[in-house]
Amino acid sequence: MSDVKYSKEHEWIKLEGDIATIGITKHATEMLGDIVFTELPEKGTSVEKDGTAGVVESTKAASDVYTPISGEVVDTNQAIVDDPSKINQDPENSAWFFKLKVKDKSEMESLMNKEDYDKFAKESSS
Amino acid sequence: MEIKKTSLYKLHQNNNAKFVEFAGYQMPIQYSDGIVEEHKYTRMHSGIFDVSHMGQLFIYGENNLTEDLEKIFPLDLKNLKINHSKYSFLMNDEAGIYDDLIVTKLEKGFLIILNAACKENDFKILSKLLNGKYEMLLDEKRSLIAIQGPKSVKILNNIIQGVEDLNFMSGNWFSFHDQKIYVTRSGYTGEDGFEVSISNELSEKFTKDLIDKGAKLIGLGARDTLRLEAGLCLYGHELNKDKTPVEANLKWAISKDRVSKGNFIGSNIITKQLNDGVSKIRVGIKPEGKVIAREKTKIFNQSDLHIGEITSGTFGPSVNGPVAMGYVENEFSKKDTKVFLEVRGKKYPANICGLPFYKKSYVKGVNK
Repeated sequence: MSDVKYSKEHEWIKLEGDIATIGITKHATEMLGDIVFTELPEKGTSVEKDGTAGVVESTKAASDVYTPISGEVVDTNQAIVDDPSKINQDPENSAWFFKLKVKDKSEMESLMNKEDYDKFAKESSS
Repeated sequence: MEIKKTSLYKLHQNNNAKFVEFAGYQMPIQYSDGIVEEHKYTRMHSGIFDVSHMGQLFIYGENNLTEDLEKIFPLDLKNLKINHSKYSFLMNDEAGIYDDLIVTKLEKGFLIILNAACKENDFKILSKLLNGKYEMLLDEKRSLIAIQGPKSVKILNNIIQGVEDLNFMSGNWFSFHDQKIYVTRSGYTGEDGFEVSISNELSEKFTKDLIDKGAKLIGLGARDTLRLEAGLCLYGHELNKDKTPVEANLKWAISKDRVSKGNFIGSNIITKQLNDGVSKIRVGIKPEGKVIAREKTKIFNQSDLHIGEITSGTFGPSVNGPVAMGYVENEFSKKDTKVFLEVRGKKYPANICGLPFYKKSYVKGVNK
């Protein structure tokens, strides 16, 4: 089992060494509907925990994407910018948003595990 | 106030609709396929829209009714043939738009289709203007179902024989299970299609028949992307009581003959604006990149002056890119004028463009 954690803003984060991969959850994509536009942070920029780090837009509305952890952006997923519908198809795997070089791993501790997130998502949508 | 439901509410539920409150009604925003697929299905095939929240106002009366309605609407109603329809406006004295609507001439009166959010207020205004002289019925016992898209004519004609002979913006009474239904060839998606006024009891059966023949239920989300690609106005966005039909670039809907004679509500302002021009006007706006500029986005010219605002903006699934409409100062309204749209603090290039974004496929001259 890899160490995947979840935020209350419906992002997932997977930590491997000191590199974190971040995306939005399947539950988030179901709430948003068809995603038609994505904006990602630029490589080399520093982002702060709970700060905005991108935008996703459905036909209906725009939503900010937040980073659940602080760090420096080391990679972004151009494929989801070119074809945002990929996010609806495979949100928690190939349609990741950006990778961070993590500043402080202890920030992971405040995030939810899968079980807690599923419960949270179910409650927040009812 | 209790939220209202249309006669198709259960059918929407059984088809996994996601609901939103719209104008006091619980309405389907989308079904399981999602807005993009629903949009494309309508363009390629046939979509069913529950528009029963819209007002169906029947007004019956003798000859004076036509004259009295001409004092209200800028239409040549005397020369409107029975079963023919015209797009028009209910305006205030300053020509500000209370509602945009469709007037159809019936044998003994008129049927006026009103926006859901405006219908109660329209009814009050019209009752007052007509002074109780005529029978007026805002019919809540009838549903309104639109079927839109290239395959709609075949599908509907299978169920209601003869609708294929209707021309765009005309209608007639037909029969469905021994009840009278009124069908017009019209709609608000830019596609060929029909709107069917049918009793609440039969609406579900009728809709299920359409589904059996291959049409799919489509939500309000796709209705919005379809109408925006077709360059059609939505009340509360492009239109409101601070905008006139001339400013909304809808002067084609105003009868020239009626303008020359005046004597309808708002005619002074309309005449003045037609002669002198307007300071702001509705235009189509095509962003150069992928960024979507939504309602209230500020528009700037090349010298960074604020020249207008977006009234509707979204991603157009058939255009496969962002589309928008808005109001700009008249001198910047020419096609191909370069403008900038401020989205999340950054300015993105866009061009003023002609409407529609997606070619309309209305059917005219099918018969006789």
